[in-house]
Amino acid sequence: MRLTRRDAVAALAAIGIGGGAVAYTQLDGSNDDSESGGDGSGTADGSSDGTDGASGTDGTNGTGGPVDSSALLATSAALADVVYPSEVEGREEFVRTYVSGRIESDDARREGMADAVATLDTRARESYDAPFRDLSAENGDALLRELGMGTVEPDPGGSALERVRFYLVNELLYALLTSPKGGELVSIENPPGHPGGLDAYQQGPQA
Amino acid sequence: MSDTVQTDDTDRTPSDRADVCVVGSGPAGAIVADSLADAGHDVVILEAGPRVPLEERLARMERHQRPGYDSAWGMGGDRDAYASTGDVDYPLNNTRVKGVGGTTLHWIGYTPRLHPKDFEMERRYGLARDWPLSYEDVRPYYADAETELGVAGADDNPFAPPRETEFPMDAFPPSYSDSILGAACEELDITPHSVPQARNSEAYDGRSQCVGYGTCHPVCPSGAKYDASVHVRRAEENGTRVIDRAPVQRLEHGADGERVEAAVYATPDGEEHRQEARQFVVACGAIETPRLLLLSRSEQHPDGLANSSGAVGRYLMDHLLYIVSGQLMESTDQHQVGFSTSVTHQFYDHEEPTPGSFFVGFLNYAGPSPVEVGLEDGRWGDELSTALGQAYGGHIGTEALVEQLPRADSRVTLDDSQTDDHGNPVPDVHWTVGDHGLATAERAVEVQRDIMAEAGARVGYATPVDRPLSGSHPMGTTRMGTDPAESVVDTRLRTHDVANLSIASSSVFPTGGAMNPTLTIAALSLKAAEHIDADL
Repeated sequence: MRLTRRDAVAALAAIGIGGGAVAYTQLDGSNDDSESGGDGSGTADGSSDGTDGASGTDGTNGTGGPVDSSALLATSAALADVVYPSEVEGREEFVRTYVSGRIESDDARREGMADAVATLDTRARESYDAPFRDLSAENGDALLRELGMGTVEPDPGGSALERVRFYLVNELLYALLTSPKGGELVSIENPPGHPGGLDAYQQGPQA
Repeated sequence: MSDTVQTDDTDRTPSDRADVCVVGSGPAGAIVADSLADAGHDVVILEAGPRVPLEERLARMERHQRPGYDSAWGMGGDRDAYASTGDVDYPLNNTRVKGVGGTTLHWIGYTPRLHPKDFEMERRYGLARDWPLSYEDVRPYYADAETELGVAGADDNPFAPPRETEFPMDAFPPSYSDSILGAACEELDITPHSVPQARNSEAYDGRSQCVGYGTCHPVCPSGAKYDASVHVRRAEENGTRVIDRAPVQRLEHGADGERVEAAVYATPDGEEHRQEARQFVVACGAIETPRLLLLSRSEQHPDGLANSSGAVGRYLMDHLLYIVSGQLMESTDQHQVGFSTSVTHQFYDHEEPTPGSFFVGFLNYAGPSPVEVGLEDGRWGDELSTALGQAYGGHIGTEALVEQLPRADSRVTLDDSQTDDHGNPVPDVHWTVGDHGLATAERAVEVQRDIMAEAGARVGYATPVDRPLSGSHPMGTTRMGTDPAESVVDTRLRTHDVANLSIASSSVFPTGGAMNPTLTIAALSLKAAEHIDADL
């Protein structure tokens, strides 16, 4: 199945974010973050020069600090390559559109997600000498396993790893699984959270 | 969201003049307020919880669906503390919402009427007490309540009590999985039919048709499911004033103890205020209503306001909820809608006293949803596809609501060992079930298992008969009757002891049957408003 920008707009609408405010753009956020050392521009393929802004032993950059949105978008796209099933195509456009809309008018969300990116990047540097967004999908998968992400509880107010599960892993999975395209993974046309009308429940399994 | 805001600029000082003060803005309080405001009276509603703007509901739906958040409606903490000391744990904060709209903010929305036998349990079976009203007395109010809430239904139920008008909207068609369980029922000579529910099957009363978010309980983001904010808005358009985040601490009466003078309420800034009025209506549900009366004890009412009978807090009932679910080898297409579309009331009316009434509904949301699996399982990538395939697919299930009888030892009291965020003793919910309920449950679960077996399902879960789930329908704690020595309110829903105090709530039900109570609450609220209007 192929995800599209339209699917991302629908996923945003389902969490109360107007599609009109969403665009496939790289939000420039706080590109003047001197601690990050990056130019904040990012690239469409997610490569960067290490704009993770990490500090501290737990790999977070703290809440309320400057946020590098381009790094956040690139990391989200790289993470989708790991956590979305391989049959899902069009991941990058979907994720970048979704995350852009998600953080555009929600500073707390933006900071929470950026903080989680910083944690991932710190751990990625320790193991692979590169930020998460520059890892191959195989190494990204290995890092998540190394971090025990499969058993970490998602908690927006929890430990650094619990926030990674909540703000990044589950955030991307929620966008996918509440969309009709994500529903195709289990042949459900109208998954909970999507306003797909009253026909699907009556029809039965579709071939 | 707004329930986390500690202070704001809202004026929460009392109104100078009010004809009626309504405590609580759930369906009972909202309908009473709307009716009285429409009749030209000045009404003030005091609501313990916050206003919940429609535009917040999508975010609340996400809070419900995503692990890591607390409850969708913010229930819990010191404000909502309670004790549960009965035979069966009572999960109080799962059964209610404090906010403008009350518990209808999270209800599922089913609106059956009680049957005539529910009003005559003593006369017919020698059980419990009769209502001082008959089905025929309540029948016109039922019809009005169906119009007020907007009920979708059909005349395909051969077991339904007599009715005089068509439902305001057509019923929702049956689901795919209904056809599987329906075929099994046909083999068993069981007749399923549609489910009356306050959910728009078409645009109604300025609200949209259901669009299928599938999260009705606990959040309907579209507003297609009725909730009491509908009547609150209408009441406000007619001049009613709503003061939110204003928990009433106690009711204060005059020197002779015969009339309430004021409701004393707290506000987020730490102040207390007195709202005076000519008439007072307590509409706080079957737990907080008796609690408020008990908290309002005085020299003239030493056992609690309007409690000369000693019945305040006693005769707590709920519906016993039993789930029997399992799996088929074929896909059942669950979780594409958040409500049931088929049910059978075939077992409701009965000749012998016991087993009593129950009904069996078919689930359209059996087993985990793909969203639940994906966010909780812990696998990702292609392993996520495997996890989803393993967890979602052939689930199917039934639920039964079962009648229990009122018992004096099943009750709500004050727990003086714990206090809420304002220093008041918390409610102690001592819920006991009794033999009649358990014997009825035996029969209900037997029917559920028969249906599942005939459908070819492998049962994976069945609620143990002796450990029922709460149907989230507390009732009976300020019961209605003609004898002031054993009841709290009369047939006008007015307390026997206090001349200007009415109660609109399931707490007035002398018996509870097995039908979801909200339509009956709405019907009695319309009746209460009629009597209050006549007295003003």
